[in-house]
Amino acid sequence: MKQHKPNRFYWIISIFKLLMVLVIALFTFAPFLWMLIASLHPSHGSPPTPSHLMPKVWHWDNYRTVLTMDSVPFVRFFLNSLLVTFFVVICQLLLCSLAGYGFARLSFPGRDWLFVLFLASMMIPGQVTVIPLFLLVRSFGWLNTYWALIVPGISSAFGIFLMRQFFMTLPKDLDDAARIDGCNDLAIYWRVSMPLARPALATLGIFAFISTWTDFFWPLLATTTTNMRTLEVGLSLFKDSFGNTNWPLQMAASVLVLLPVIIIFLLAQRYLIQGIALTGLKG
Amino acid sequence: MKRKHSKSGLWFIFPSFVHLSIFVLFPIVFALFLSLHRWDVLKPDKPWVGLANYVVLFHDPLFWNAMGNSLYYVAFSVPLGMIVALGVALLVQQNTRGMQALRAIYYLPAVSSTVAISMVWTFIYLPDHGMIDWMLRSMGMHQWAHTDWLEDPFWAMPALIFMSIWTGLGPRMILYLAGLTGIPNALYEAAEIDGAGYWATFRHITLPLLLPTTFFILVTSSIGALQIFTPIYMMTKGGPMWKTDVVGYHIYTEAWRQFHMGMASAQSYVLFLVILVITVIQFKMVSKGLEEYSLQ
Repeated sequence: MKQHKPNRFYWIISIFKLLMVLVIALFTFAPFLWMLIASLHPSHGSPPTPSHLMPKVWHWDNYRTVLTMDSVPFVRFFLNSLLVTFFVVICQLLLCSLAGYGFARLSFPGRDWLFVLFLASMMIPGQVTVIPLFLLVRSFGWLNTYWALIVPGISSAFGIFLMRQFFMTLPKDLDDAARIDGCNDLAIYWRVSMPLARPALATLGIFAFISTWTDFFWPLLATTTTNMRTLEVGLSLFKDSFGNTNWPLQMAASVLVLLPVIIIFLLAQRYLIQGIALTGLKG
Repeated sequence: MKRKHSKSGLWFIFPSFVHLSIFVLFPIVFALFLSLHRWDVLKPDKPWVGLANYVVLFHDPLFWNAMGNSLYYVAFSVPLGMIVALGVALLVQQNTRGMQALRAIYYLPAVSSTVAISMVWTFIYLPDHGMIDWMLRSMGMHQWAHTDWLEDPFWAMPALIFMSIWTGLGPRMILYLAGLTGIPNALYEAAEIDGAGYWATFRHITLPLLLPTTFFILVTSSIGALQIFTPIYMMTKGGPMWKTDVVGYHIYTEAWRQFHMGMASAQSYVLFLVILVITVIQFKMVSKGLEEYSLQ
């Protein structure tokens, strides 16, 4: 904030600041670390406790146990999540960029009114729409199908807003040049604007990935059979199936669920932060 | 935009608009319709009851208990989370590589699976074996060191609030950082020439100029916190003694445990109304703050 003149307090303040950020980093990271360490403790006997932090033998076999349990098919959950997230992300990239482009670049009757409608829909609490959504999806016969998990997520007002904000920043001259060359709106969108929108698409992609991959409420309601559960709901079944006691296995399962998101986040965090700057929103 | 109207724009919006209509707009109207019926999923008969659901829930102590719990949660988790996030943002605002790495660490909880997070925090809050009790023991606070945080009627809610500060830190910090970069450096230079100290600069420049950011975080965090569900479902199931039965969870039990879809819809509309009222109050407060600031 303020440029400190080097005085005798300067070093003391700097060291104090550094200590603070490191303590907060430890506070943030400690639960993850403890999760990882606890997952390597023996899965029988009393629960791991910080006073005996490190296990005598590292039980990597906990992970094999988790991955091969019959009652909670972990690999199946993983594939379900992968399939659902893949289609949701692809559809959102397409539908949100189309609509975002329409709102940012094209002029048509009722455009501003429609945009406000999309924005306002973000304010509606999920609890209001989820009960009718459930009844609707049930009446389609979609419960316990991929349709129920994918279709309600294929477009999002947030994604449209994000893409619109990006397309607004592109210079108009490009459109005009392409139009003179005989391109129609769709061709300009696909051949001129979309290639330029790669950073924004990456941002939307990672937001959509994280929110779909970690979604819990809707998959919990839309599926009842074990085979159709996603990873997030599957993990909650783990807790129930161990009667809340087998902490090393619970933590091993948690690590397995967290790993893909954390890897994606570390690879793509640049885009996530860009997105926040672009929209002033978190996902 | 001065370009001639082209109908093709509508076709760009069309797929998303159909999606919005079916999966958001229709459910909003349908929820209102449901709330005026005794809509039990298991019973074939779903009679129109007018406002009866609203009258019943108005006199339902458990619903108002849930609303009170939600307000308690919001009143502490949002302001505390914001203060911590602002403090952290001020500490890590230098754009060095080290600070960027720290920011990524602070953000980690926000992208993580809420179920996994809830499981590890349940583990951390365990009596005796848990990390919190162990830390208290090592600090010599033995009278506290056997607390079962999530099963204690007094401590269960503070425990959830504490965890929410941890999960919410990253996104709030990033928003505050964006707000801080928007403050012109000239103001700080002027303050320094005037001999303003660190605290005065913070109080009279940083804080007022961050007001729009603060408002944005306040509104979005409050809306989010009023709907919290997953940690409650995973960690306390609304207990002990309904002390953590927040509205988001209460509506879920009404609809999917009792199968009272009509009543649950009525409750969700009351929640919507409460969110609206709180947002409007926050709006009023901030516009007053902005006026005061511009008068200075």
